Amino acid sequence: MVYEFDWSSIPGALPILWDGMAVSLEITLIAIVVGIVWGTLLAMMRLSSIKPLSLFAAGYVNLFRAIPLVMVLLWFFLIVPRFIADLFGLPPNTDLRLASAMIGFALFESAYYSEIIRAGIQSVPKGQMAACQALGMTYGQAMRLVILPQAFRNMVPLLLTQAIILFQDTSLVYVSALADFFGAAYKVGDRDGRLVELLLFAGLVYFVLCFAASMLVKHLQKKYQPA
Amino acid sequence: MNYQWNWSIFLQPTVVGDTTYLGWMFAGLQMTLMLSLSAWVIALLLGAVVGVLRTVPNKLLSGLATAYVELFRNIPLLVQLFIWYFVMPELVPQSLGDAYKQSHPVLQQFLAAMVCLALFTSARVAEQVRSGINSLPRGQKNAGLALGFTLPQVYRHVLLPMAFRLIMPPLTSEFLNIFKNSAVCSTIGLLELAAQGRQLVDYTAQPYESFIAVTVAYVAINVVVMTLMKKLEDKVRVPGYMGGK
Repeated sequence: MVYEFDWSSIPGALPILWDGMAVSLEITLIAIVVGIVWGTLLAMMRLSSIKPLSLFAAGYVNLFRAIPLVMVLLWFFLIVPRFIADLFGLPPNTDLRLASAMIGFALFESAYYSEIIRAGIQSVPKGQMAACQALGMTYGQAMRLVILPQAFRNMVPLLLTQAIILFQDTSLVYVSALADFFGAAYKVGDRDGRLVELLLFAGLVYFVLCFAASMLVKHLQKKYQPA
Repeated sequence: MNYQWNWSIFLQPTVVGDTTYLGWMFAGLQMTLMLSLSAWVIALLLGAVVGVLRTVPNKLLSGLATAYVELFRNIPLLVQLFIWYFVMPELVPQSLGDAYKQSHPVLQQFLAAMVCLALFTSARVAEQVRSGINSLPRGQKNAGLALGFTLPQVYRHVLLPMAFRLIMPPLTSEFLNIFKNSAVCSTIGLLELAAQGRQLVDYTAQPYESFIAVTVAYVAINVVVMTLMKKLEDKVRVPGYMGGK
């Protein structure tokens, strides 16, 4: 007997799946924004000559890169909310878990973004900073007006590739019961006894989205390749 | 805050009484190591083959290898794992599927997890192998052919030994990744390190100690692997290249 596919539960489940996709995209977007902002700050700290700052940034990045995302999500889903509730004496029914898991995800991805941004900043020739200082700019002005704009231009392909990885990573919020696209697909499949079809469908959707995005990145890379 | 720290919890016997809670942690650590190492061996072999195929002149072979890499790189690991665990046993010939479903549950979880991690990682290894081969000067291949080597011989004796030495640093980071990625396998119920951590929270009611211990274990794996790989990298580094002696 060969497995008999029955795809009939997918059309009716499309609204649920779409809601799930909206959650996935929302998490992705939040994590990218937080990741780039916080990642830039971390990268600047890491490269700064103030020892405590660079030590903190190095410790942060190395710690987050040493532990699995699943562990980070579990920390922020199970432990951190309890800690915060204890600390501030919140009533036990306040549910911080989802917000906390989302923050954990963003903090984790920031560590990876900060490494890309650090490499980007270091790819700008040193003379640029010297020139800024010779023109009387402060460190902040030089970074904001001269160094970072060039650094980000060099980093665009890597940042986008990381965004695709991040989008794939969002499926792991499954461990924290956030109803993302994968969680929704699994739930529908489990409910209808059609796990095989729903999982294959989820795989296909992720593949199409990520493959198309990576083709686009490659195309952009070719188009804007610095001469 | 009135949390009662109690690190001695790890030395107490578990509720089931089979061992201590520390014993559970070590069982989890052992599972993580076994899973990651066995998957890594397969990933390295498979990745080398696929990576080579991506660079051969035959369009069909290189096209297939590209499709392989794109397939495994563009689907999230978690989705792949669930497909291996829940979907594949239904789609393979029934006798094989039945044999799988009748085997020990832990073996089922381990096999699905190992195959999943191995293939997922092999696609990444293949990309590194390909970039290693492509970074070699073309003269190397031509010189090999001019000396009368066949193409497979050129790969075996000239290109691959050099390529592998050049791609040691990115391979190290893939090796580190496989340990981290193995934590995903806790989702299908495999009792590796992360899953044991979760179980410890449920059984001991000492969440901080449990999670700190598991996190420290992951950091320790990371540090040990990095130290060992650094030694290996230093040993095989090619003089005259970036980062060479």
